[in-house]
Amino acid sequence: MHRYLARRTAAAIPLVLGIATIVFFVISLAPGDPTQVLVSPGMRPEVIAQVRANFGLDQPLPVRYVRWLGALLTGDLGYSYSHGRPVLEVIGQILPNTLLLSAAALLVAFAAGVLIGIVQSLRQYSITDQALSVLALFFYSMPSFWLALMLILVFALFARNVWEWPIYFPPSGTRSIEYATLGPFERIADRIRYMTLPVTSLALVLAAGIARYTRGSMLEVIRQDYVRTARAKGLPESRVVFKHALRNALIPVITLLGLYLPVLFSGTVFIETVFGWPGMGKTIVDAIGTRDYPLVMGTSLIFGAMVVLGNLIADMLYAVVDPRIRYE
Amino acid sequence: MAALLVWIGLMGVAVLRRERVAGALSGSLEDRVALATLVGGLATVWVWSWRDVAKPPFRWLGVSQWALAGRAFARNRLAVLGAIGILGLYLIALLTPFLAPADPALLGDLLTELLAPPSETHLLGTDHFARDVLSRVLYGARVSLLIGFVAVGISVTVGTLLGAVAGSLGGWVDTIVMRFVDMVISFPQLVLLITIIALFEPSIFLIVAVLGLTQWTGTARLVRGEVLSLREREYVQAAQALGFSRWRIIIAHLIPNVLGPVTVAATLGIGNTIVLEAGLSFLGLGVQPPMASWGTMVADGRNVMLQAWWLSTFPGLAIVVTVLCFNLVGDGLRDALDPRLRR
Repeated sequence: MHRYLARRTAAAIPLVLGIATIVFFVISLAPGDPTQVLVSPGMRPEVIAQVRANFGLDQPLPVRYVRWLGALLTGDLGYSYSHGRPVLEVIGQILPNTLLLSAAALLVAFAAGVLIGIVQSLRQYSITDQALSVLALFFYSMPSFWLALMLILVFALFARNVWEWPIYFPPSGTRSIEYATLGPFERIADRIRYMTLPVTSLALVLAAGIARYTRGSMLEVIRQDYVRTARAKGLPESRVVFKHALRNALIPVITLLGLYLPVLFSGTVFIETVFGWPGMGKTIVDAIGTRDYPLVMGTSLIFGAMVVLGNLIADMLYAVVDPRIRYE
Repeated sequence: MAALLVWIGLMGVAVLRRERVAGALSGSLEDRVALATLVGGLATVWVWSWRDVAKPPFRWLGVSQWALAGRAFARNRLAVLGAIGILGLYLIALLTPFLAPADPALLGDLLTELLAPPSETHLLGTDHFARDVLSRVLYGARVSLLIGFVAVGISVTVGTLLGAVAGSLGGWVDTIVMRFVDMVISFPQLVLLITIIALFEPSIFLIVAVLGLTQWTGTARLVRGEVLSLREREYVQAAQALGFSRWRIIIAHLIPNVLGPVTVAATLGIGNTIVLEAGLSFLGLGVQPPMASWGTMVADGRNVMLQAWWLSTFPGLAIVVTVLCFNLVGDGLRDALDPRLRR
């Protein structure tokens, strides 16, 4: 067990370094350089050269790569021009927002997806199963940004302005203006209200995929002999399904956690942009708009590292629940 | 039955839009492509309708795996629906110059037709430049389908070749290719895409190239896995024993046998690519205006949703329907090509 974990962890380190290398070279390939933002047309060439030299951009590419990697290892991600602060500080401020959004979405997606998958597998080929399959495929085919806009249209704009429902959800932001004056429970309610639409739009698309996968996995397990044995000895069906079948059916679903992280983070880029949620996704889009290269590099690196970490966690969970894996 | 519907549809276009069809021969390249599609489509349907007459009087006893898969696919109603949908979408995309009620870039009367709701003159309403939304959705289909098709073509070719080479050669080639694949896969694809595209000038060629060259990793992993198991089969060992070269075995023996799963992955990949392209365009990093793209149109409607809900809604629906068709066909193909999943 420990050897397996150590081996997986050791394999993750070169992966992160590789991602850092890709990030560096992609950005370096780009025409122009970050000093363009600081240089005005009237400047003398000597001044421009001095600005470039200050950033170390007069050095050849390999030298810059080694320097960048060295700085990276000491935790220095550079300086964000558009925020006027070190990149690490910017990320430290926005990362919790993204993690909150992603964690909530993952939780909702797995809960809903697994539940729908179980219902489908218990009634294979029934009307319910087929209707849910088509519905899942429908959401699976949906761009998350469009789903988000439609949710805003119905539950934020039309609900408030046209139909005048008693409950509507805010179309953007993370909390209301009077947040500071609210009591502790009202604060939680307020946060949840602001999170509902972004989390729903992120989770629905993921849940559709999870439901499809759980259905298949349950169908495979439920046909196995030990499930038949459990039924034959007269256990109630609910016990057979949840205690015997589900436990084993969920093992491959864990791999989805690792597989869906890149999808989830790609989703946050859109969802945060649409809902004005101050997180990593919105920041990277804004940073590209302002040509803030160090921030682009920092955020994409952290995104990549989080995916590697998520995969590592999924691998470990897998090893915990499935003893066969450890002895591979 | 389906042939009759296609025939009625094509004839309908030819009759209802006869002025435009008549002028197409001397028109632009797009018009001539549309005319060729119309004529070719009618001819295909006509020949197809004769197939019963031309059928040989006896049947072959043996049935190939592909024919079995074809039958299984034809029994799956949803998958057939998706296939018809894809065919219809490509026909619509090719015939757009005849079908669209207006020029997609034509500015309407900004005083009276700005953000006009759906009506008889503008079936899906107009946008913030008083352009006809239906025409723009139709022209957007061309962009999405073209990008999806070409980008997946690139990624599948590269992925299959690299996966097959890595799987069959093994050793350091395998290690290098698969470690690289691991790295690219553990990157949120969208982040990689927007980073690359934003640093260069967005253009349709760049988007196709970048989408094609970042998505091959999934195919490569799939093909490598398949090849690793195929490599141990008797017929491959027989080919090795006969002294065939490595390349001949890869091209003639391994790749044809992974085409099934690759076709499934490619079909699902087109849907995925269309969503990605729409997403890039939504962020302003994809197809540039004034060219119509579904993603850009959804983004255009974002700020006027309360006044003009139709602007974001209909292009988005077009994306969902298109991607749904590809996913239905992909699922159907997977079930049909895997004998264990055939009912």
